[in-house]
Amino acid sequence: MSEFLRDYLTVVWFGAAGVLLGALLFGISALIRPNHPTEQKVIAYESGVDPVGIGWSQSQIRYYVFALLFVIFDVEAVFLFPWAAAVERYGTFGLVVMLAFIFLLLDGLIYAWKRGLLRWV
Amino acid sequence: MMVPVLLAASEVNVALNVAFGVLAVVMIGAALFVVTTKNVVHAALWLVIVLSGMAAQYLLAAAEFVAVSQVLVYVGAVMVLFLFGIMLTRAQIGAEGNLNNPGWALGIPVALLLLGVMGWAIIDLFGDQTIEEAPGGASTQAISDQILSPYLAPFLAITFVLLAAAIGAIVLARKD
Repeated sequence: MSEFLRDYLTVVWFGAAGVLLGALLFGISALIRPNHPTEQKVIAYESGVDPVGIGWSQSQIRYYVFALLFVIFDVEAVFLFPWAAAVERYGTFGLVVMLAFIFLLLDGLIYAWKRGLLRWV
Repeated sequence: MMVPVLLAASEVNVALNVAFGVLAVVMIGAALFVVTTKNVVHAALWLVIVLSGMAAQYLLAAAEFVAVSQVLVYVGAVMVLFLFGIMLTRAQIGAEGNLNNPGWALGIPVALLLLGVMGWAIIDLFGDQTIEEAPGGASTQAISDQILSPYLAPFLAITFVLLAAAIGAIVLARKD
């Protein structure tokens, strides 16, 4: 196995330890706590009011703009990653390029702002 | 032919093959749940497992940057769009009886054909040949070297594509 994957083995062990710890804590608490379910206890808690209807409901369409903008800036983050991994190699040149990249994409955010999409009404 | 290629690796690669197999089984199982579950939201969440498995496979192939991109773009952004699409547009949310397309059986020969063509192409190209790991691998630093020197102009062109996509999305989302 290469050195690269050996490094990731640490990540795997770390994740496994986390899962094990969580399972252990929940398992112990499930073993030692008293368990007397009644009909009133198992209904979903909604600030002391009886819940009405089901948990699923249609969301507001205006959230969609935020989802779309999130996708664009997520792709931007993907391009920032390799630069950020070796930032000192490129010095001022890399900084200028990435600032140009960020500011050009910021135009999109400013456009959304000007159109009033970021206002919460 | 496929199986000998997978198993005829040296002892060092056994752990790699085991990890590949475990991930592949998890991905196939989750993919089956994607197409068989009655709840569209659950299908989208099962798809998260499939796409995360894909990211782990990229890591096994030492493609660190591709794996991170897979998580950020597919597991993050595309899944958010899927869930938003389901939450915003569906009249009926929850379990549904008749999600299957009446022509679903036609998908089986198409999938088998695709598997055959892709498998044949890969075996025809590489056969039993062992692909050597590149020294240093496709490190993230190598990718950033490429972006910042030979591919600088295409990189800045992508900026404008992204900007156009952002503004296009805003215009389409708000027609007023």
